[in-house]
Amino acid sequence: MVISSIAPALYLAAGEGGAIGAGTGGIWSEWAGLMLIGPMLAFLVIVLFGKKMKYQGAEVASAVMAFNLLWSTVLLVLNMGDQGVLYERSIEIASVGGGLVFELGWMVDGLSIMMYWVVAAVGLAVFVYAHGYMKGEVRVTFFFAALSLFAGSMLVLVGSPNLVQLIIGWEGVGLASYLLIGHYWEDKENSSAAMKAFYTNKVADVGLIIGVVIIGIALGSFHYWDLAAAAAEHSELLGPVALGAGLLLFIGAMGKSAQFPFHIWLPDAMAGPTPVSALMHAATMVTAGIYLMARTFPLYQELATAARPWMMAAGTITLFGMGLLALVVDDIKRVLAYSTVSQLGYMMTAVAAGGYTAGLFHLFTHAFFKALLFLGAGSAIHAVHSNNMSDMGGLGRYMPHTFRTFVIGSLALAGIFPLAGFWSKDEILATLGYEGYSLVMWIAVAGAFITAFYMARAVSLTFFGEYRGHGTPHESPRIMTGPLWALAIPSVLVGVVNIPGVKLQWVGNFTSWLSVRSVPMGDHHAESIDFGLAAVGLAAALAGLWLGWMAFGPKAAMRRSDRDWVELPLLYPLLRRKYYLDHAALGLVWTIRSPLARAVNWVNDYVIDGVVNMAGAFCRRLGSLVYGGVDQHGIDGVVHGVSYGASGIGGLVRRIQSGRVQQYAGLLVAGLLLLVVVVLFVL
Amino acid sequence: MILNQFLILAAILFVMGVYGLLVRRNAVMVLLSVELMLAAVNINLVAMEAFWQTAQALGQILAVFIITVAAAEVGIGLAIILLIFRNRRSANVDELDLMRW
Repeated sequence: MVISSIAPALYLAAGEGGAIGAGTGGIWSEWAGLMLIGPMLAFLVIVLFGKKMKYQGAEVASAVMAFNLLWSTVLLVLNMGDQGVLYERSIEIASVGGGLVFELGWMVDGLSIMMYWVVAAVGLAVFVYAHGYMKGEVRVTFFFAALSLFAGSMLVLVGSPNLVQLIIGWEGVGLASYLLIGHYWEDKENSSAAMKAFYTNKVADVGLIIGVVIIGIALGSFHYWDLAAAAAEHSELLGPVALGAGLLLFIGAMGKSAQFPFHIWLPDAMAGPTPVSALMHAATMVTAGIYLMARTFPLYQELATAARPWMMAAGTITLFGMGLLALVVDDIKRVLAYSTVSQLGYMMTAVAAGGYTAGLFHLFTHAFFKALLFLGAGSAIHAVHSNNMSDMGGLGRYMPHTFRTFVIGSLALAGIFPLAGFWSKDEILATLGYEGYSLVMWIAVAGAFITAFYMARAVSLTFFGEYRGHGTPHESPRIMTGPLWALAIPSVLVGVVNIPGVKLQWVGNFTSWLSVRSVPMGDHHAESIDFGLAAVGLAAALAGLWLGWMAFGPKAAMRRSDRDWVELPLLYPLLRRKYYLDHAALGLVWTIRSPLARAVNWVNDYVIDGVVNMAGAFCRRLGSLVYGGVDQHGIDGVVHGVSYGASGIGGLVRRIQSGRVQQYAGLLVAGLLLLVVVVLFVL
Repeated sequence: MILNQFLILAAILFVMGVYGLLVRRNAVMVLLSVELMLAAVNINLVAMEAFWQTAQALGQILAVFIITVAAAEVGIGLAIILLIFRNRRSANVDELDLMRW
């Protein structure tokens, strides 16, 4: 085993200007690997001993997450200010050949610290909440084991210093999501949703794996810093394959981050318990694709620039088209799911435009309010025992804590000043405008309008008007409302860490947190607020909220006919059927499947069966030869001969046994005489 | 002392015994023939002892043993013959083929 600690100098050499001095973070970085191993150990411990524990494993999972939160908070504080943290450790596991080595390790830099912290913070809130939410449900122990695996895989992914370990975490996340989406697998629908998520991701993963292999072979290394350095100096090794590899990595990111047209799995993934959705949408799964794009950012910035229009197109379609879908679905979790897809589209457009910080900042803020919204939706679902908003209504009176936190989350997501979402969305708009993508910028503004519209609709249908469900809903227990408030606070506040032109005394800002890094960034961060653009974004959001309130608020709810105008001809049916994309995907699978199945069948009937039949016939012939020749004549002959011989000798010998005593006596005497003759004459 | 006459007597007795053993049909006679053969052996032993005069008188001792064994043998043999006669109303040895295979 070779342990290598890479000096920060290597990173700084790779960075082009702007790189500032960085510390290593001391013992906190040297043992940061504990954060990656902890949840994995928790997974094992819960699987083995969870059933005997008092809280069925929830205490282990939550304790590990609390530990991770503490540790990553220390790292976050160390990384604040001008002195960033930079540390990397790789442990060689095996040599793959061709100069490539398989290494495991961990990386501590601004990007991974931010991800550690988000995963730990959201993870802890979700784990505590899940303990209340899953009370009395089936397979709770297994649920917490899988949650730990989920968070642990994500930490392995974001902590990875190389692309191979990233794939390990990537697949671990896929596996854990499969297990969790299909948690209630007794219903066919749920297990189908889990399979759909797994297959869709798997198709995209092929792109990721091939891309990583191409980079590895071309570059001779899987390390990010080698990739970054090669991109910075426009390496001859990487140049010819950069576009292909970049597009393939992007396909992988499209799968995990649910970009059009790979988004189809995410809304169905709502089949899992709500805490899973919260974790998946905020921290552990869909952010992986954006993270990958950010990690390999120099590749797209310097070499694979031709891939960026494709990223931009996918992101734009996703942010607008999928946002529209959130307007028509009745299931509150699906509203939030489409909202997540749409927000991921924002992040993708930002990264594609070159707004590294803008995309990651939106990821950062989105994690908090989306987790909050999902947990709030879960609290409502817990109270009314239905996912459908048509069974809710008027919950604001019954569930004050859920109501208030949900409204905070909705306003943050809609981008209302001064909540977190406002700042991150504004930064994306500013980046798009600055980089010259004005069409995309206006689509993004329209997207902000739609976002506000569907959140107003969701809040109105859920918390205002008359209660339409059965029984009387009750506020959830404290163990569930506590995490809601814990997430509501950052949903309001985290935006301030990246106000353009503002740099707090020792906190610094989000841009500076990410600025010490292995990759040279050519990205732009506005030095001051563009008040015009901010006003336009805010106006779009407010208009969306107003329209949503008008269409679905308590007044409109009284008279159903007031709402008919929303159901536009052509568009409404198209949206209800999700642009027929599910049908298209299914059709695609069918068209590929039938000829493939027929071809495989032909091969089976004629090639494989032929070989098998020939082998069978050959064995039969050989068998009859062996039977007739060797067995019947050879071996049986010997056996029969032995028995005939024995029987013949027996027949001869038995004649002596006459039973007549005198005959015996006569023989005895004859023998005696013979003996006498021999003794006397022969000897 | 002349040994020959004793040896001849013993040989005659022994041959008579063998003849009776092989030829007589009655089991009692067969048993008597066996006694004759034993008597011949005893004569031989005693005669040879008298002739060679061993210190321990081994011939006489052996003869006494043989007489004892012969008595026991005749006792058992007669008992068997008696039982066979009772069961089969005959003591003819050539009818006794119980010991065939």
